[in-house]
This record gives sequence, C-alpha cells and structure tokens, in this order.
Amino acid sequence: MNALEIKNLHVTIDGQQILKDLSLTLPKGEVHAIMGPNGSGKSTLAKALVGHEDYIVDSGTATMDGKDIFDMEVNERSREGLFLAFQYPAEIPGVTIANFIRAALNARQPKGEDVDAVAYYKDLYSEMERLDIDRKFTSRSVNEGFSGGEKKRCEILQMSMLKPDYCILDETDSGLDIDALKIVADGVNHMRGKDRGILIITHYQRLLNYIVPDRVHIMWDGRIVKSGDKSLAFEVEERGYDWVKQEQTASV
Amino acid sequence: MSTETAINIDREKGNFSYDTQYEYDAGIGLNEGVVNYIADVKSEPDWVRKFRLKALKVFWSKPMPTHWATKDLENIHFDKFRYYLSKGQQPSRSWDDVPADVKETFERLGIPEQERAFLAGVEAQFDSEAAYSNMKEELSKEGVIFVGSTEGLKEHPEIFRKYFGKVIPIGDNKFSALNSAVFSGGSFIYVPPGVKVKQPLQAYFRINAENFAQFERTLIIADEGAEVTYMEGCTAPKFETTTLHSAVVELVALKGAKIQYITVQNWSANVFNLVTKRGLAGEDSEIKWIDCNIGSRLTMKYPGVILKGRRARGEVISIALAGDGQHQDTGAKMIHAADETTSNIIAKSISVGQGRSTYRGQVYIPKHLKGCRNNTECDALLINSNSRTDTYPAITVRGNNNSVQHEASVSKVSAEQIFYLMQRGLSEGEAMSLTVNGFINDLVKQFPMEYSVELKRLIDLEMEGSVG
Repeated sequence: MNALEIKNLHVTIDGQQILKDLSLTLPKGEVHAIMGPNGSGKSTLAKALVGHEDYIVDSGTATMDGKDIFDMEVNERSREGLFLAFQYPAEIPGVTIANFIRAALNARQPKGEDVDAVAYYKDLYSEMERLDIDRKFTSRSVNEGFSGGEKKRCEILQMSMLKPDYCILDETDSGLDIDALKIVADGVNHMRGKDRGILIITHYQRLLNYIVPDRVHIMWDGRIVKSGDKSLAFEVEERGYDWVKQEQTASV
Repeated sequence: MSTETAINIDREKGNFSYDTQYEYDAGIGLNEGVVNYIADVKSEPDWVRKFRLKALKVFWSKPMPTHWATKDLENIHFDKFRYYLSKGQQPSRSWDDVPADVKETFERLGIPEQERAFLAGVEAQFDSEAAYSNMKEELSKEGVIFVGSTEGLKEHPEIFRKYFGKVIPIGDNKFSALNSAVFSGGSFIYVPPGVKVKQPLQAYFRINAENFAQFERTLIIADEGAEVTYMEGCTAPKFETTTLHSAVVELVALKGAKIQYITVQNWSANVFNLVTKRGLAGEDSEIKWIDCNIGSRLTMKYPGVILKGRRARGEVISIALAGDGQHQDTGAKMIHAADETTSNIIAKSISVGQGRSTYRGQVYIPKHLKGCRNNTECDALLINSNSRTDTYPAITVRGNNNSVQHEASVSKVSAEQIFYLMQRGLSEGEAMSLTVNGFINDLVKQFPMEYSVELKRLIDLEMEGSVG
C-alpha cells in the first residue's frame, strides 16, 4: 500500500513509555494533522519514526510503501523519502545552507556522482523565491543565529528541495508570526500532491486555517484517541483538549 | 570541475611502497661517518661539510625537549634510522627525464595531472634527491631561481650562504641541529627585487623507504618588493615501523617583500614530524604561513615570524586534525622586534577519537617597542569524549604602547548535529565531515582552490575512517 503505516507502536524514552499502542495510516496524496496537548507524545512519534537513538521502539511496526523503516538507518530512511521538519533544528556553524542542501542531494545520488551545480542553484533560487527567502540566506550557516521564523522557513526550503514522499512537520507553526505562518503554509500547500503524504503535528488549530487537512487525529497519552475530518480541529479549538479527556475517561 | 579530478591524492593510493633500488645508502644509524658520506656523495663544498659536522655535535649535546613536550619523543631511536638514501640521479628538468618507476609513484599520487594543471614550477621530491623539477620558462627569464637545496648551495653560494642557517641557527633546537647535520633535498628559491611570481611554486614530496628519515632543507628569499607563494603537500605510504621527518624551512622577506608558504600535510600514522619553520620579515614586508597538518603519530610544528623591520606583518593560519592515536602539537611564534609590527595567529584544531591536539603559541613584544599589535585566536573542536585538547598561549607583551587580543574556544560536535544531518540523508561519516569542514571553513577559504579541494577530500577520508 502506498502509505506510511504505523501499527501498534510502543516507544520508550529514558525507561518511560511515551507511545502506547499508537496506530496511524497516512496514505500518499493526503495531508493529516495530529493535534494533542503537551506531553501527549506528538514529538516522540516524529523522532521515533525518523530513528533518533534516544527513542526506543519496544514493539509495533512502521512501513513506508510496505518497506519496514525500523530496519533502516537514519540516513536510509531519509533517502527512502522520509523527512522531518524539526521543531528545534540543530545549528551547523560554518556550513552554508547552499552546501548543506547540496550535500543532502548528493547523498541521494549514485556513489561518486554529484548533482549538477548549475541546475541545483537554479532550483534552489526558484524555491527560495517562492518561500520569500532572500538570496543572501544561502551563504549563511545552517540555523546559526536564525530567528524562529527563519529556522522554520529553512526547514521548508529543505523539504521542497529534497522532495520527500512523506513529510512530518513537528510544531512548524510554533514561534511564527502570521506572515511567516502564511509563507510556510504556502510552501507546504505547494508540496501537496498525489505522490506525497504530509503529517502535520501541531498544538493549535491556527496552522490548519492555512493548510487544510484531509484528516485530523487527536493524540492523548501516547495514542490516537479520535480521528475525523477538518471539523475536528475546530471542535478542539472551541472545546479544548479537556473535552477529549472527559470523553476518554468516560469510555474507560 | 577539472581541478577536482586533477588532484586525486587519496589515502588508499598513498598506502603503498615500491621496492626502490638505492644507489646511495648511508646505512643505519647516525655518526660522523654518515655525515661525511652524505657530504661526499653530494660532492658538497667544504664549508657545508664543516657546517654538518658542527651541527652533529650540537645535536648530540642537546637534550630531548621532554621537559615541555610529550614523552613520546623518547620513542624515537636515532640509531635505527637511515639518514640518507638516494637513487643518485641529478634533479630532472622535464617529465621525460624522470625514471619510469618514480613516474609510476607520481602517477599514483596524481602528480602528472598537477603538472599539467599547474605548470608554474613543480619540484617533486622522491626520497632524498629532487627527482623531478620543472620551472616555467618565464620564471627563469625573470631571474627567479627555483632549484633543490643541493643545487642551490653549489650554484648560487653568494646568495645561499648569506641566509642559510641564519633564520634558524643550528642550535635553535635538537631537531634543527639534526636537520643541519644530515639535510638533503628541499628547495632553494630566490626571487629578485620587484619580481612578483604570479603562480604558486609547488613541491610535492613523499617518504618512500622504510625506516627512512627525511630531512628537507628549504630556503626562500624574496628580495626587495618581490612576491612569491610556495606550496608543499605530502602523502606518505603506510609502514609498519616508525619514520622520522624533520625539516627546516627558512624564509627571508626583504623590504616590502611578500612570502606566502602553504603546507598541506598528510603523513601516515607512524611518522614523527618535527619541523622548524621560521621567517625573517624586513621593513614593510609580509610573511604568511598557511599550515595544515593531518595524520602523523606526532607533529611538532610552530611556524614563526621574526618581525625585524618596521611595519612588518606576520601571519600564521593553522589547521590541525588529530585522528585516533595521533598527537598534533602545533602553534605559532611571533617575535616582534621593531615598531608598528603586527601579527595574527588563527589556529583551529580537530581531535577525533583518542586524538590529541595541543596549541602552543609564543608572542613576544618587548617593552621598548611602540605600536605593535597581535591577535591570537585558537579554536578546538572535539569529536567524541575521548579527544583531548590543550592550549598553551604564551603571550609576553611589555610596555604600554602595544596591544594584544586573545580568544580561545572549545566546542564539540553534538549528537543532535549529526542526527540532524543524517535525517537529511548523509551518512555518519559525511555528517562528521561536513561539520568539520564547516568548523574550518573560514580558514580553508584562504587556501588556493586546488588545495582547499584536496583538504576537503582528506577530511572526508579521515572522517569516513573515524566512524568505521
């Protein structure tokens, strides 16, 4: 199946179980949003999927178009088409954005082959223009001294250059003013298409005004407790997460 | 890019050794007989023989500098080395004159491409003698001398003798004395007044015999208003036993002259690399050392400038990478000896695994001088918790009319940085390599393009190896 499929996932950090039997299917061509209160395990899901070593998968499976991703190294998952837009991307002093993205693209080429430099810069500049990023940006060191908005735009720029099959956006809306939010949303909307699945992790409904999701999932205490269409996001916005909590408690 | 393919010196290709038949061999061990043998074989004038014998006595009289330097020096057994090996041929001027087996070595090191790409003047050293040298015609027309040190002392004694051993006297340290006793190979360069040599002069050399100590001696003189850039790079084959390399390089920049000396070294992990490099800077002159040390078991090297003339400028840009089991003990010396002299030291070191980096600096500005300035920056990058880095900046500034500025930092490559880069598809080695290249990026920009490409490649190889 052409989807990112997560089944019965259990994940532990520092001996504490955070994800408890989480299942989720993100088909290609769709945009899903995961909403949930702080501490519900949203970011854990993102980190575990891309293979951060601190996040231990105790049980469960995750496949990308049928391929087991837990069987792959971190960089293999990336090259197979899994991308995470980080909530707090690392700074890499002295490495320019242009060189960084080029290195990432080269890592996808057959051994010993590099991307064509002229074509690369042409692509890069046109993507930057669309994301309203100044050209001078490319010669700055990756994330070093960036504002919150610059960091997020830089993540989206990488995403649009690497063209992954599955994108996870971890709290990409946090720390953005309304203008930056619109630009980032435009960038994501531009990436929507039948060959790509996008998973948006967010605390607030705000971003979903600009990126309208096909499905909304509510996460609570390490699992998906409620799924619905975009109206679910508005419901959460109106009634808060306590409403979900009460429903959960009632059902137990 | 054509230069990328032109410079294709990789570690794998460096890990080999040919069975070379040596016509001249001074045998194992060090004594007067060996020194006399070298002087005989090279048919040197008497003054050189006397210089060598005197140096041998000084060498014996000096203790190992283990009171401040690493105890690893005690593992150098001077009686186990061969001090002179030569195929006996005269330095060759054209590629056709180079013996086939020597050519093969150069071929594997990518030298022929270098030759085609940068026909400025190449002198590549094969063992003790310069086996191959080439000088572009325009250079000799302008009166520029670029020859091996033996040829220099024989053919141009009037210039050679005037400066030889003056910037770095025999007794400067134990290893300068050793070099003075048994030196062979290295370059002699003289640039006449006002001549600005546009293309860098290059020398490639390599050690190619087991237990063979190599002792180049290089002397570069830029006469008034002259300008020259010299580049040396080396790769060495891998040996089972230790190898000693101890060069002496003296630079003389007369009034208004500019000398830039660029080194990219990649010794195999068993080499002791103990080098003395110093320049004498006259009025309004400028001496700049750009020094990059990768590999070796132990490197001790502190390029220096004696700022003798008013408004002279000295600069050392240093990059050191210490891999597992390696110790890079590097730094710089700036001796201010005239008013309004300025010096700048920027040193960056990278320690990987059990690798150890030491920065050792000496800046001296005496009380009676006015308007002198020094800037020293040293940054260390650690690539895992076992790495070690030390900084010993000895800055002596007397008087109220001089200024110094000193900054030092130590940083680590974090797991989060590597994870971030790997999430974008880079392997762990590629991620390390990109981070390290970022750390030294501002310094690498100062290298000529072809060298910065080679440097990047060497770092890629080191990093690939470090993550296994």
